[in-house]
Amino acid sequence: MSSSLTPDAPVFAAKTTGGRITDFVDQRVGGSGILREFGRKVFPDHWSFMFGEVALYSFVILLLSGTFLTFFFDPSMAETHYAGSYTPLTNVEMSVAYSSSLDISFDVRGGMFMRQVHHWSALLFVASVSVHMLRVFFTGAFRKPRELNWVVGSVLLILSMAAGFTGYSLPDDLLSGNGLRIIDGVIKSIPVVGTYISFFLFGGEFPGTMIISRLYTLHILLVPALILLMIVMHLFMVVVHKHTQYPGPGRNDGNVVGYPLGPVYAAKAGGFFFIVFGVVAIMAAFFTINPIWNYGPYDPSPVSAGTQPDWYIGFVDGALRLMPGTIGDWKVEQIWFGHMFTFNVLLPALVPAGILFTVMFAYPWIERWITKDNREHHVLDRPRNAPTRTAIGMAGFVWYCVMWAAAGSDLIATHFHVALNDVTYWLRALFFIGPVIAFIVTKRVALALQRKDREIALHGRETGRIVRLPHGEFIEVHAPLDEYKRYMLVGFESPAPLPAVPNDHGVVDRKEKLRAKLSRWFFEDRVAPASPAELEAAHGHHGVHEAVEAAESQKTLSH
Amino acid sequence: MKALSQKRRHPLAAIALLLMGLLVTGGLYAVATTVNQAKADTTTYSASDVEEGGKLFAANCATCHGMGASGSQSGPSLVGVGAAAVDFQVATGRMPMEMNGPQAQQKPAQFNEEQTKQMAAYVASLGPGPAIPEAGVLGEKGDAAKGGELFRTNCAMCHNAAAAGGALTRGKFAPALAGVSGQHIYEAMVTGPQNMPVFNDANISPEGKRDIITFLKQIEANGSPGGADLGALGPVSEGLFVWIAGLGVIIAFTIWLTSRTS
Amino acid sequence: MGNHSDGSPSHSGTVATAGQNEVEKFQDPGIPPHRLRLADTDPRAAKKAERQVALLFGISVVGTLIFLVSYFAIDLGNDSSIATIRLQNALLGTGTAFAMLGIGTGIVHWAKALMPDHEVSEERHAIRTEDDRQAAVRIVDDIVEETGIKRRPLIRNTLLGAVALAPLPALAIFGDLGPRPDNTLAHTMWAPGPDGKLKRLARDPDGTPIKAADVTIGSAFHVIPEGLNELTEGKLNEKAKSVVLLMRLNPEELHPSPERADWAYNGIVAYSKICTHVGCPVALYEQQTHHLLCPCHQSTFDLTQQCKVIFGPASRPLPQLPIAVDSEGYLVATSDFHEPVGPTYWEREQHVLIPNS
Repeated sequence: MSSSLTPDAPVFAAKTTGGRITDFVDQRVGGSGILREFGRKVFPDHWSFMFGEVALYSFVILLLSGTFLTFFFDPSMAETHYAGSYTPLTNVEMSVAYSSSLDISFDVRGGMFMRQVHHWSALLFVASVSVHMLRVFFTGAFRKPRELNWVVGSVLLILSMAAGFTGYSLPDDLLSGNGLRIIDGVIKSIPVVGTYISFFLFGGEFPGTMIISRLYTLHILLVPALILLMIVMHLFMVVVHKHTQYPGPGRNDGNVVGYPLGPVYAAKAGGFFFIVFGVVAIMAAFFTINPIWNYGPYDPSPVSAGTQPDWYIGFVDGALRLMPGTIGDWKVEQIWFGHMFTFNVLLPALVPAGILFTVMFAYPWIERWITKDNREHHVLDRPRNAPTRTAIGMAGFVWYCVMWAAAGSDLIATHFHVALNDVTYWLRALFFIGPVIAFIVTKRVALALQRKDREIALHGRETGRIVRLPHGEFIEVHAPLDEYKRYMLVGFESPAPLPAVPNDHGVVDRKEKLRAKLSRWFFEDRVAPASPAELEAAHGHHGVHEAVEAAESQKTLSH
Repeated sequence: MKALSQKRRHPLAAIALLLMGLLVTGGLYAVATTVNQAKADTTTYSASDVEEGGKLFAANCATCHGMGASGSQSGPSLVGVGAAAVDFQVATGRMPMEMNGPQAQQKPAQFNEEQTKQMAAYVASLGPGPAIPEAGVLGEKGDAAKGGELFRTNCAMCHNAAAAGGALTRGKFAPALAGVSGQHIYEAMVTGPQNMPVFNDANISPEGKRDIITFLKQIEANGSPGGADLGALGPVSEGLFVWIAGLGVIIAFTIWLTSRTS
Repeated sequence: MGNHSDGSPSHSGTVATAGQNEVEKFQDPGIPPHRLRLADTDPRAAKKAERQVALLFGISVVGTLIFLVSYFAIDLGNDSSIATIRLQNALLGTGTAFAMLGIGTGIVHWAKALMPDHEVSEERHAIRTEDDRQAAVRIVDDIVEETGIKRRPLIRNTLLGAVALAPLPALAIFGDLGPRPDNTLAHTMWAPGPDGKLKRLARDPDGTPIKAADVTIGSAFHVIPEGLNELTEGKLNEKAKSVVLLMRLNPEELHPSPERADWAYNGIVAYSKICTHVGCPVALYEQQTHHLLCPCHQSTFDLTQQCKVIFGPASRPLPQLPIAVDSEGYLVATSDFHEPVGPTYWEREQHVLIPNS
């Protein structure tokens, strides 16, 4: 079995000290095997594959800067009077949590920097998770075998929002306090148990004296632990699946083409951590984030104009703003059986987010059901080559953006000199028609791009050079593609709609009919990749062009 | 020249440029702070001031506010609004109004100090109203912390906690307060221009008003301790910044990172 | 350009097929030939790249030094100005940025310019082989067989029952996270004291009482109940329910319903400042339009129609506080609010009548 059991096997003896230490560890943890397995593992290289790393690195920066902050932050809601060095708040009554946040900013050297690093990287964390998910969606990377990893990723998105929100509230400033006030109002609108949840969360009536320390525990313990767990699962599955790759010459579902982990990929990925940290450091150095000293301590009476949550909660806040509370004289809030049904809060708070997340979690299975595609996919789709999926994604994205924009309706009004009410009316309309327009436009654009690809594959790239032929005709010279470039444009699948198939009893049931209908909707409009026969035909037609091109290239050669 | 143009095409060039831009903008913002001195004057009006003011009024204001400032369909009566209201509206350029709209916009003042004073004298002569504040209440020697509390309770909901302004209904807005003189801030509080409520001396004492002005001037002079304030508009501008600048720079780096070296 | 067909003459305009159902496809030409970089062929270019990498690492060292110097040289004493803090923050950040970007760009430049850049193709392996699956099934079967769980349903069922119940204590133990909701949401500090003394309206934040004469037309006062600032416990909880906005209009502009005819005093009205939507302070008062606007979600209330909702997501009017003037001329609340203030909650309807009783 192993070498230690066979006495006659040559025993390895390391020569240097470093070698001996490495050997000592290796004999006890089996590092050689791991290195043999992973040391030269191949990773494809594309800029859009880096967003997951941005997210991972922002999370590492969050852990580092957050640990620093915990040494100085005190999550107590006890009353105190500020005695630090920021004079516009001298002797103002506030909570210990707010006071210690101010001390971090003004009296701890580097504290302001660490606070800003922490908050900027938090915004970047959620942003990069989102962009990463958009990349995965639009390239079809969620398809078999990666459906479960898509789900883990979606859970990570929700956890990252939870981490952000719990952290946003900790300084106990006026802005985040009003944010908590809104959360309390939303929770209270939940039928039957809303009031109970609110009392349990706040330890009694709002705001109470418990919420900050409870959020603190969630923020520094529970949520990060869950995020770490999910990251481990996520990366484990990445290793099992190996990375996807963009279509191109030499790339297929049976291989992975790229650079070996050691040294090139490891160097790039490792170096990239420092780059992300550097960019966050620049933002923290020169751009204020969350100026809690402006907002003042939380007090239920004051409020600031422009009260908004951090960007990732913005879409829920925007939905709350868009929902009308009264339609004419009819109140959206209803009293049924002596109880309150607060639809004007419940609907916008739960329904859009519910739809977005449900569709997000279920999408791999929805598409798999419609397309009956049960094959493994390791080569990505270019977004244009899956027009309907791309259009669905854009419709969802636009829908999100409308709600997102609504969260800044007051700033849109003041900065573009339009009426606040008009902004709301327009966004209400866009809430419904925006996704539809986005779907149609995106699909047409994707199809048009596919046609353009076809043109280029068959006829070459337009060079912009106009040539007059001997008989007087003017033509534009097209430069033919080499076979590698051409394969980029033609190497994709273009599935046709899958008609309804009878089941074992020979019946086409209703579900199957629906599936067939959706399949038609999915694949009806499509552009097939150019085929060699078509290229042949095109060349026949282009005989004249080619003669010209040959002459042209002769000319260039003779220069 | 050739070397430069080659370097310009270098994949690093875009990133270097972006970085440079980021550093320069940030640095400039971080360093630049403006200090604004409130001017204060105590005035007594002579009979000729009132007379001249009456002429100016008849020529420039009476179309809307009516002869004798008794008001008309298009403008309210100015009897009893006091000299403070005239000084605020005219010296900040809000009056005469450029056009009808949700609210009068700030613009360069249309009258010089002398003319403004004469019109103020005329309107003050029509009925008692708030006078132009005396220098004593405008000093920046008040208690900024107390002023901050008053500001957050009474003003921040419209003007924003960092006095960056905010939206009101149907196209109206509360303006940003940076660069507004202490005298005009004071006058706005006592007269309640347009849709702003009146904060008389029983509501916020003259000392309280001075504290508010002190607070505003102090935060304006301080600037943001964390660097550029991104308009002090809160999480919206921060979110926009991280998506456009933050992610933008990082994407530029990823493109450089994954591109092939020539 | 009719000749530049997309191959779809006979189909609907949006379908472009390759003509046949069975389409022959282009052959994959394989990975493109490797192209050498400048540094691979020209030793001078390689040397230059090497120097650039070293320079970037050098920049990182400078950045670290900037950080250390600005940390130790700038001391944040009690008299440190905002400018000092801003300067230190900028320098610490610049130092960190140089330190990190130097290392990062240096390593990446090294990898890009000097490390081999041959693309490699690696075979993928089946995530699960049929062999493994069968082996796993056998193992699971053996395990199930050895436990005997199928043959002994009594054990199985009692175990299931026990496991299903076991998490209940874990839920129950959170029962003391907060008190059960009671009528507290329906009460505010505005209720007259036990001796029947009516509460005066006081200025927020200093707590001084307000005389009716202080409130001139066009004014807006931010109001707290007298005695709030003296509370030692639950001050913010009480404040979160009892803050009020006090305004004076021309009495003709108010259109009170008959039962609220005596809730105002000479055009002075008091309304709860807590939005009926989700509870933000509705603090924006437009003195000419008499609209109240909530800055969080833009619910707009019309003061002349008893704070009816005229725009935005709120459904209910703001609750009105009945006020009068006491013998010394101070404004007082004649009773508590007649309904719970703030956002709607499930039991609200049962609480509506409580304050009156």
